[in-house]
Amino acid sequence: MSFVSESDSGLTQSFPVSIASPSDYVALLKPRVMSLVLFTALTGVLIAPLHVNPVIGFASLLAIAAGAGASGALNMWYDADIDALMRRTRKRPIPAGRMLKEDALGFGLVLAVLSVMTLGIVANWLAAALLGFTIFFYVVVYTMWLKRSTPQNIVIGGAAGALPPIVGYAAVTGEISLASIALFAIIFVWTPPHFWALALVKAEEYGRAGIPMLPNVKGADRTRRDILLYTLLLVPLGLTPWLIGFASLAYGIFASALGGLMLLFSARVYFNRTGPKADRCAMQLFAFSILYLFLLFAEIASERVMAILHLNMPW
Amino acid sequence: MKTDNKMRGLVLTPEQQKSRRQRNVAIALAIGCFVLLFYVVTIAKLGPGVLSRPL
Repeated sequence: MSFVSESDSGLTQSFPVSIASPSDYVALLKPRVMSLVLFTALTGVLIAPLHVNPVIGFASLLAIAAGAGASGALNMWYDADIDALMRRTRKRPIPAGRMLKEDALGFGLVLAVLSVMTLGIVANWLAAALLGFTIFFYVVVYTMWLKRSTPQNIVIGGAAGALPPIVGYAAVTGEISLASIALFAIIFVWTPPHFWALALVKAEEYGRAGIPMLPNVKGADRTRRDILLYTLLLVPLGLTPWLIGFASLAYGIFASALGGLMLLFSARVYFNRTGPKADRCAMQLFAFSILYLFLLFAEIASERVMAILHLNMPW
Repeated sequence: MKTDNKMRGLVLTPEQQKSRRQRNVAIALAIGCFVLLFYVVTIAKLGPGVLSRPL
């Protein structure tokens, strides 16, 4: 990251110069997280009862995605020190030494302001304010405050990841509705079992980095119990889109089946507490939880697309 | 020798030059896309009335 030049006195001097490539800036956006945000925000757009111009809808989603990317960049700027201590994150652009910390900060701030302003101009200012709040919540409340201070970090911080459907819905309607709050609630309650499953396996790494994840602070048994409790809450919450009336009975049956599987994976984590099988069960729950959320939202989104296209469904 | 060093200023390594060039191209593309996005959104928002408004 540095190069050597000769100063007036003839002595060598080091200057920090970035060797970051565009792909490093893309990595800074956390593309995988961004894709999940984009997908859940799209579902929020689709459940809105109003027609939206496709160009406006696309631009709104782009702004929401950019806002999520800005959050990721600012998170990597602040967490560069602990990212360097964990195997999962040490290859990120800043800890790997390819990017200067201040470059990531500048990139994140510019992108945050641009994304919020763009959403305000393209859609409306309620959606823009919600996007701004989401970025603030993720960066300041979660990253800077909760993450390093409480084992409930991802429970409260999960609100930031759950907000995109509300932002998407507000971008179309200018309002917040029970339907968008239901989607928020599903993601909010889904977040703890998802991350704690990973934390059970990566407890040592989190401990080394000094992050107080639940398994490190309260122990693996308490974490397993809480995973099961949150999953028991998640399964009925997954049915609310059908109960409220913006998803079909087919969705209700589908969500019940997926919820049953989610419960099964959580129960396996609860009962298998030692050895390689325990880690395997936790990683299986982690992987399935991603599929669970994706399939629930995909079902809602596809039903809405079919309704918009006036396609008759067999139910 | 002193004057030569002053004139040369900061000398980037080939790797730094390459990454800077790539970043410049990426910034240019991003700005171009941003301008295009606002152009298309303006047309979409104002529709056919884009030219028939009081100046």
